[in-house]
Amino acid sequence: MAYDRFVSHRAAVVSVFIMATLVIFVALSPFTARYGVNESVQAPPNYFLSPRANAWLGTDDIGRDLYSRLIYGVRVSLIIGIFSGLISVAIGCLIGSVAGFRGGRFDDVVMRVTDLFLAFPFLVTLLVMRNMIGGISWLKPVTGELNSVRFIIVLFAIFGWMGVARIVRGQVLALKEREFIEAARAVGASRWYIVRRHLLPNSIGPIMVALTFSVVSAIISESTLAFFGYGPQAGDGATSLGILVGQAKGAVNTGFWHLALFPCLTLVVIALCINFIGDALRDATDPRLQRDA
Amino acid sequence: MLRYVLRRLAWAIPTLIFVTFLVYIALRIGTDPVASYKRINPRASKAKIAQYIEVNGLDPNFVRGYFRWLGNFVTLDWPRSIKGSREVWPQLKDALANTIRLGVAASSVGIVIGLGLGVFAALRPGGRRDVAVNTAAFVGISIPPYVSAILFQLLFAVYWSRWFGSTLFPTSGVYPPGQLGFDLGLMLKHMVLPTFVVAIQIIAVYSRYMRSSLLDVLNSEYMRTARSKGISEARVLFRHGLRNALIPVVTIAALDVGAIVGGLIITENVFSYPGMGKYFLSAFGEGDFPLLMPWMVIIVASTLFFNLLADISYAWLDPRIRLA
Repeated sequence: MAYDRFVSHRAAVVSVFIMATLVIFVALSPFTARYGVNESVQAPPNYFLSPRANAWLGTDDIGRDLYSRLIYGVRVSLIIGIFSGLISVAIGCLIGSVAGFRGGRFDDVVMRVTDLFLAFPFLVTLLVMRNMIGGISWLKPVTGELNSVRFIIVLFAIFGWMGVARIVRGQVLALKEREFIEAARAVGASRWYIVRRHLLPNSIGPIMVALTFSVVSAIISESTLAFFGYGPQAGDGATSLGILVGQAKGAVNTGFWHLALFPCLTLVVIALCINFIGDALRDATDPRLQRDA
Repeated sequence: MLRYVLRRLAWAIPTLIFVTFLVYIALRIGTDPVASYKRINPRASKAKIAQYIEVNGLDPNFVRGYFRWLGNFVTLDWPRSIKGSREVWPQLKDALANTIRLGVAASSVGIVIGLGLGVFAALRPGGRRDVAVNTAAFVGISIPPYVSAILFQLLFAVYWSRWFGSTLFPTSGVYPPGQLGFDLGLMLKHMVLPTFVVAIQIIAVYSRYMRSSLLDVLNSEYMRTARSKGISEARVLFRHGLRNALIPVVTIAALDVGAIVGGLIITENVFSYPGMGKYFLSAFGEGDFPLLMPWMVIIVASTLFFNLLADISYAWLDPRIRLA
C-alpha cells in the first residue's frame, strides 16, 4: 500500500534512479573517475580548459579534471550527509520520544532550546557554534580537528537532532493517547518497552521523512560552510561539493562557465532528488492520506 | 488580549538577556576576543590591552564580564572596533538600513508572487498547473541562495555583456565604485539580482504553505455551508476561503524571518552588498568582539520580536486561540 503510493510519485521514482546511479558512480570511483584527485589532465598549459575529450567537464585553475573531482567531492558530501543524518535521527528519536512521552519539565526545556535554535539564522548559529565547539579543548577527542570531515559531521549532528526531535515528539504526543498504548500499559509494559516496541515503530514514516531532510540539509550546510571558507579543508587536494561550488565563485567574473555550472548543477540535482524522495515518503506514509486512498 | 500581549512582552526582556548571555559565552569561547585584539594590534601596550578588556567586559569570570558588558551597552558607551578603532554604530546603522531595504524588497516580491502561485495551484488541485507550481517550488527550495546568485551573475553580468555588449544588471555593491550621493535608479538596479535571489526561496516556501492552507480551508465544512447559502463563488473564495487560509500563513511568515535573514546573509556576501551579512562575516572572520556583540543583540531582538508577532497575530486572527 505504502509502496504503491511511493511508486505513483513519478518524480520520486526518477529521483531514486538518479541517486542510485550517483551512489554507484561514487562507490566505484576508482573505475569511474578518469584522473586522481590531484592529477592534471595534461602537461601545461592545462588550466581553465573548456570541456573536451580528455576532460569531459573541463579543468580547474591548476589543470585538474572537473569531472573526476566532482565524483570525489560528491563522495565526501554524501558521507557527511548520510552520517550526520543518521546520527541526528538517532539522537532526535531518543530525545523526541522521551520528551513527548514523559512531558513535564524535560519536555519544556528541550522544546524551548529547539525553538530558540531553529528561530535563529542558521548560518550564524552554525559559524558561532563551530568556533565555540572548536575552542573547547576537552571535546577534541570526539570532534577531531576543526577542519576535518569528522568535525563537520559532529557539528551537524549537534544541530540536526532538533528538527527530528520536534517531529518525533509531535508523533509520540499523538500516539500516546491511543488505545493500544493504554492496553500495553495495562498489561504492565515498561515505558522503555512502549517507546521501543510501539511508539517508534509507529512513527517510522515521519522518521524516514526527517532522515531525508536531515541528509539534504547536511549536504547543503556543508556546501554553505565551505562556500564561506569554514568547511572541511582540502587537505592533500581532497575535495567536497562545497569546495567545488566555492571555487565557482571565483570563476564567475572570468567567465569560466563550466567551473560554475557543473558543481552548482550537481548540488541542486542531489538536493532536489532527496527532497522529492522525502516528499514521496511523506505521501506514502501519512495516515491521513491512507483513508482517502 | 492586551494582557496577553503585555505578559509576552514582559517575558521577552529576560529572554533577550539570557540569549545574549549565551551568545556572549559562545563568542568568548569561539573567537577569543583578547587574542584577536593582540593579533590585529600586535604593538598594543599592556595598558591598552587592559583597557580593551575593561570596556568590553572580558573579565575571566563570564557572569561578571557579561554584566560589565551589558552595563556599557545599555548606557550606549560602546567600545570601538578592534580593527582601525572605528565607532561601531555608524557602520551598524548603514548595514542595517541596507539589509532592511533588501529584505523588505525581497519579502514583498516573494510573498506576493508566492501567495499568488499558491492560490493559483490550490484552485485546481492535481491539475497540470498544480503540478507545475509544486515542482517549481521544489526546485526553488533545493537551490541554495549562493548557487542561484552565482548562476545569475554568470548569466546577467558576464554572458549578457558578451552577447549583447553591456551588462544587464550590476553584480556588486549598492552603487558603482566612485559614486557619491543618492541615486534611486542606480540603487534599484543594484538591488534587482540580490532581491530575486532571496525572493526565490521565499516564493518557493510561501507557495507551498498557501497551497496546503487553502486546500485545507476549501475542504472544510463552512465552505460547503457558505456555498449552500447561494453566495457567489468569488465571494465564497475571497471572503471565506482566503481570509481563513491566510491565518496559518501569517504566523509562519513571522516565524520564517530567521530563514530570510539567513538567505540575506549569504546573498549579500556573494553580491558584495554592504549589509548585515557582510558586516557579520567580516567581523566574525577577524574575531572583532566589539562589532559582533551589537550585531548579535539586533539579530536576537528581531528574532524574538517576530516570534512575538507570530503569536500575537495568531491570537488576534483566530478567536479560538484567544478564548482558550
